[in-house]
Amino acid sequence: MTKNLRITNNKFIDQTSRISFKFDGKILYGFKGDTLASALLANNIHLVGRSFKYHRPRGIMACGSEEPNAIVQVGKDASMTEPNTRATEIELYEGLEASSQNCWPSVNFDVGAINNFFSPIIPAAFYYKTFMWPANFWKLYEYFIRKSAGLGKSPTKPDKDIYDHRYLHCDVLVVGGGISGIMAAKTAAKNNLNTVLIDDKNILGGTTIFQQNECFKINNSYSNDWLKKEIDTLNSFKNLTIKTRTSLAAYHSYNYLLAKENLTDHLDLNEKKDKIRQRLWKIRAKKVIISTGAIERPLIFNNNDRPGIILSSSIKKYIDFYGVKCGQKISLFTNNDSAYETAISLNSSGVSVNSVVDIRDKTNSLIVKQAEKLGIKIHWKSTIVNTNGYKKINAIEIMKLSDDGTAVVGKKINEKCDCLGISGGWTPRVHLFTQSGGKLKFRDKDNVFVPDKSELDQISIGSCNGDFELDEVIKNTVNLINKFLKVNNSAYENLEIISSKEIDKKNIWLLPSDKPLGKTKPFLDFQNDSTAIDVKLALREGFKSIEHVKRYTTTGMATDQGKLSNMHALGIIAETAGVKMGELGTTTFRPPYTPLTFGAIVGRNVGEFFDITRKTPMHDWHVENKAEFENVGQWKRAWYYPIENENMYEAVQRESKAARDSAGILDASTLGKIDIQGTDASEFLNRVYTNAWSKLEIGKCRYGLMLNEDGMVYDDGVTTRLSENHYLMTTTTGGAANVLSKLEDYLQTEWPELDVYLTSVTDHYGTISICGPNSKKIISKVIPDLDLSDKEFPHMSYKNALIDNIKCRIMRISFTGEHSYEINIQSSYAKSVWEKCFEAGKDFNITPYGTETMHLLRAEKGFIIAGQDTDGTMTPVDLQMDWIISKKKYDFIGKRSLYRSDTIREDRKQLVGLLTDDPKEILEEGAQIVAETNKQPVEMLGHVTSSYFSPNLNKSIALAVIKNGKKLKGQKMFVPMKNKTINVTITDTVFLDKENKRLNA
Amino acid sequence: MFLINCPYCGERDQSEFTAGGEAHIVRPKQPTELSDDQWAEFLFMRKNIKGVQLERWNHSHGCRKWFNMVRDTSNDRIHAVYKMGQKPPIE
Repeated sequence: MTKNLRITNNKFIDQTSRISFKFDGKILYGFKGDTLASALLANNIHLVGRSFKYHRPRGIMACGSEEPNAIVQVGKDASMTEPNTRATEIELYEGLEASSQNCWPSVNFDVGAINNFFSPIIPAAFYYKTFMWPANFWKLYEYFIRKSAGLGKSPTKPDKDIYDHRYLHCDVLVVGGGISGIMAAKTAAKNNLNTVLIDDKNILGGTTIFQQNECFKINNSYSNDWLKKEIDTLNSFKNLTIKTRTSLAAYHSYNYLLAKENLTDHLDLNEKKDKIRQRLWKIRAKKVIISTGAIERPLIFNNNDRPGIILSSSIKKYIDFYGVKCGQKISLFTNNDSAYETAISLNSSGVSVNSVVDIRDKTNSLIVKQAEKLGIKIHWKSTIVNTNGYKKINAIEIMKLSDDGTAVVGKKINEKCDCLGISGGWTPRVHLFTQSGGKLKFRDKDNVFVPDKSELDQISIGSCNGDFELDEVIKNTVNLINKFLKVNNSAYENLEIISSKEIDKKNIWLLPSDKPLGKTKPFLDFQNDSTAIDVKLALREGFKSIEHVKRYTTTGMATDQGKLSNMHALGIIAETAGVKMGELGTTTFRPPYTPLTFGAIVGRNVGEFFDITRKTPMHDWHVENKAEFENVGQWKRAWYYPIENENMYEAVQRESKAARDSAGILDASTLGKIDIQGTDASEFLNRVYTNAWSKLEIGKCRYGLMLNEDGMVYDDGVTTRLSENHYLMTTTTGGAANVLSKLEDYLQTEWPELDVYLTSVTDHYGTISICGPNSKKIISKVIPDLDLSDKEFPHMSYKNALIDNIKCRIMRISFTGEHSYEINIQSSYAKSVWEKCFEAGKDFNITPYGTETMHLLRAEKGFIIAGQDTDGTMTPVDLQMDWIISKKKYDFIGKRSLYRSDTIREDRKQLVGLLTDDPKEILEEGAQIVAETNKQPVEMLGHVTSSYFSPNLNKSIALAVIKNGKKLKGQKMFVPMKNKTINVTITDTVFLDKENKRLNA
Repeated sequence: MFLINCPYCGERDQSEFTAGGEAHIVRPKQPTELSDDQWAEFLFMRKNIKGVQLERWNHSHGCRKWFNMVRDTSNDRIHAVYKMGQKPPIE
């Protein structure tokens, strides 16, 4: 630590606890309470990074979230390293390791800096313009551009830290703990409102807490002392929650806000362990008070980006709050009074101020007079035309401004300095206000956008509302808060306030230089390296909208979202284009206000908690029996059960053969099950399915097809009539939730007169499907007293039965075309019954099969899978399922759409079977089908929807949708693949057992 | 993120709800008697107003009830919620 850069009398930094940290590999020291930025400055390190485009040396410029330059990489661990963090926001802790970004091989010697010499030929949108041709070279260009443009390195391993989410409800949320925020929070709390005060810093009080100046006094105390006392009284309120290190990220409609609380980022490495790192607060506030303060503007002049050029108010904070001198010979450059506060602070801490360069003609405000009294030299009506020093500023060139401010006149004065404070006035932090939908208005007198209208119950107070002077802040805060909270609080009403008032104002968005504009580098966006020249170029090239200029020049598009100099960009655009700033408007401020970590956004929803996993009651059995699983929606379904080294194809071939030769067992628990009851249940089914239901006998099952109102197939499944007014509907696995919602919708909104109740019972029952010629024998072993004769228990019927005294429903239904049964049993018993069935089936080589075999078996029978063979454009007629459309019913969902002019077209895509000429050739699902091979371009007639090698038929089979397919049966078609063309023939969709003999085998 | 006053449950976060499009589009009682154009009017045509709009909402992660909402799409202000079958509380 360079000792002479620290001052000793400081209230905020504990100079007894020394902390060691590393920056770019070098061990340095700071104190508890420092930020990385203040500690670096105390070590006389200004150069911390290279700029994005030109790789110019850049230094710390600010002291908070608005910092554009001091962007560093924190940590080295592959799972914990964090890029793009602002050194001004990192609290120093023992063991901190940080490094510069965007430079190679080092920040002091950066190869990319060659760009700076080429900068005249790298104008705005250089990349867009240069790398346009030839178009297919972009891939190559992109590789190099991305490589050279990278900002920081992302971690390569999963984050080990813990993050958290919490909800917070309050009457009043105060965002920002500066003087107005403190007054607001106290007033709210005093009036028994449940109040929350958040601030992104570790200490409350904003900038007033270190404002110890004769020109700013409250009730005869320095404003910092007065505020300190106010803050101390806050602890007595039980209904006031204070959260420091908490930054508001987003302000959404209906006063819903997101805030990120840093819990361990400031702790020493060994204290961080096993603690929650950051918490995202989801806040719903009845009323919101925004007191986020203002950001000091830089000034736009030639070479205004050198390390050592710092916002004047930040220099003040570094000296008054952190006790750090940003330099030994500091010059200041301003267009307003606030730089004089800095000058006085520096002076009283023993730092010599070379001079203040002020663009104004002269002014006599209280604070300026005080500065003059202290002997501080002022260059009135002057500007800085250039700065010198490559890696650190070492001199400034001062010239007099012409009367109209557009040029410089007279002799150039050279002034040596090691730091330059700049102040271009103040920009209210209106970001959150506009995020919430608030509209801004432009105030001409000092060129600021201030909050105007809002739809929400909220208010902006203090400098974010455009009040920059102490007496105004206090007076207006009191009035606004009392009105907003509908309270009468006199505690702040008769304060005696001394406040210097700014008398003269002058603003020049782009300061002139003695060189022509094209030969200068007046930076606007320090992080994205865009200059005033770029903005002017964009205007010349025809960009008029501020949103377009922003994107073309990338001004304001860096991680700081242009917090510092968006206003200058607007000013220069307005001036150049000759429009009023109020009419030009601003770009949109979007959340997050400051970057959020992914960890904070995701919270606890990582790993197994990322998404819900649904498991069937028999899941453990499948795991024990080495099943491979497939995700179907949130369900884990057994996909196939490989034996030894079988691959999927081999396993599926074996399972499929076994199921048809003897017996197979499938876990069908995931199918959606909806319990339907009520006196109008039959009528309801008539309306939602295409076929008729009134005459379905009790104890019988029926397959149903459900359409959307547009006539397209939506879902299908078997529904069983359990009693007169009681049905059990099954849906597809993936469609269960949507079907229930859709049915509820119709019941509640279109047919409220129907007496029908729907209950989802998907999770209540496990479903065991046993199929194959020996299935009957297995069921008779499991339930000996059940009459399984075709007469008593025919296909498409159901029986109640007991298995080990447990009630179950047995449906004789089949999705494979085999004689088969489905046992529905309470979930908690499903695994034991499954095991019982498996045991009973061992004599018959019962083979567990998964979803893949199920798909193969049904494809052999030409049964569709809604969602695989249909895609929301298939009518039942397209599926060749005309038989399921009731001609008698007056209406059902989708009926009218079945004879719209488009749905009755005969050349629609229709479902057909496909056989490959070579029976061993298996088509790819999704492959396109054409009628000709030697034509280009050729019409795509359709595509393959399902394709398998059938072990039972010993040939490849496929289902496909083809234009006009019904009429093309027997026709030859072609499936062109990458390196061959497969010859196919269109067939019927049923490949196996067309007479359905196996159902009763 | 809206705060929606479900007519059955009270104020709840928007994440509990699903929007269901324009309200008061009644399914025709005699679809078969409609021309293609008339049916298409019911099936496809929606207003998508900038301004005050009547909408269907479902408290899908709550009571599962459908209800209607009067919402200004230009500023997201919810003027009223009312039950299915009731008349909108504004003109």
